[in-house]
Amino acid sequence: MDLGLDVEPDRNGYTVLAVRGEVDVYTAPRLREKIVELVSEGKYKIVVDLEGVDFLDSTGLGVLVGGLKRLRSHDGDLTLVCTQHRILKVFEITGLTKVFSIHDSVDAAVAA
Amino acid sequence: MDDTLDGPEGIIELEIPARPEFVGLARLVVSSLASTRRALEDDRIDDLKLAVSEACTNAIEAHVEVDVDERVVVRWRDDEDRLEVLVEDRGRGFDPDTLPEHPPVTDPERLNFERGLGIPLIRTLVDQVEFDPSESGTAVRMVMYCAPADLDFGDFGLLEDEEPA
Repeated sequence: MDLGLDVEPDRNGYTVLAVRGEVDVYTAPRLREKIVELVSEGKYKIVVDLEGVDFLDSTGLGVLVGGLKRLRSHDGDLTLVCTQHRILKVFEITGLTKVFSIHDSVDAAVAA
Repeated sequence: MDDTLDGPEGIIELEIPARPEFVGLARLVVSSLASTRRALEDDRIDDLKLAVSEACTNAIEAHVEVDVDERVVVRWRDDEDRLEVLVEDRGRGFDPDTLPEHPPVTDPERLNFERGLGIPLIRTLVDQVEFDPSESGTAVRMVMYCAPADLDFGDFGLLEDEEPA
């Protein structure tokens, strides 16, 4: 099982982290490390693009919540791009649609 | 549960090492079974897959906590109107009622809770769930009710143009 993590360092002042594959208890630590790494490089405005994600469970949600908390402590933000019903559903059930800004495209996210 | 499916027929058992890299395998097996047996619609298969992933994640964490080398057991049973997935661990025995309640999502304190989302997800995603903690571990029994077996695509008007055979 592979997790793809591609970084676009500067898109309209945002760092875009495109995630591909399955985010679960096995792969989520790599996502966490990547977010921590970006924050340590001073990237405080991060867009996490979930369009390439096939599966996301509560471990992945936890990492995103942790990332948001970390960025807010630097007066930054972590926003999401997601249009897939099955992934959005996980955010809806857990109420996290109220915590994250979720956009339809990276363009919309970096314009916000 | 009184209406548990009895008898060994139709039981499929998978034992996975209690390590994170095997949760994906459990998901794959359960979702493949659900789709090859045409037991559930696609979005309900996704729901079951996620619930099984959550249950297996908890089971693996329970084994790590007590440092046991035993395997986590995933047991599948089905009949025409329901399917059941049982995830059994050999951890300390987990009572979901002892979970701390999360602050409302609008409360900034909510961000301090990165964990504890798995159980609410399982409860929402499957039709029925039962947690059975004991000293020798926890069994999580998840049930999905299936669409009537005689339902076919014709019922949705998709075959309207087809000539009768």
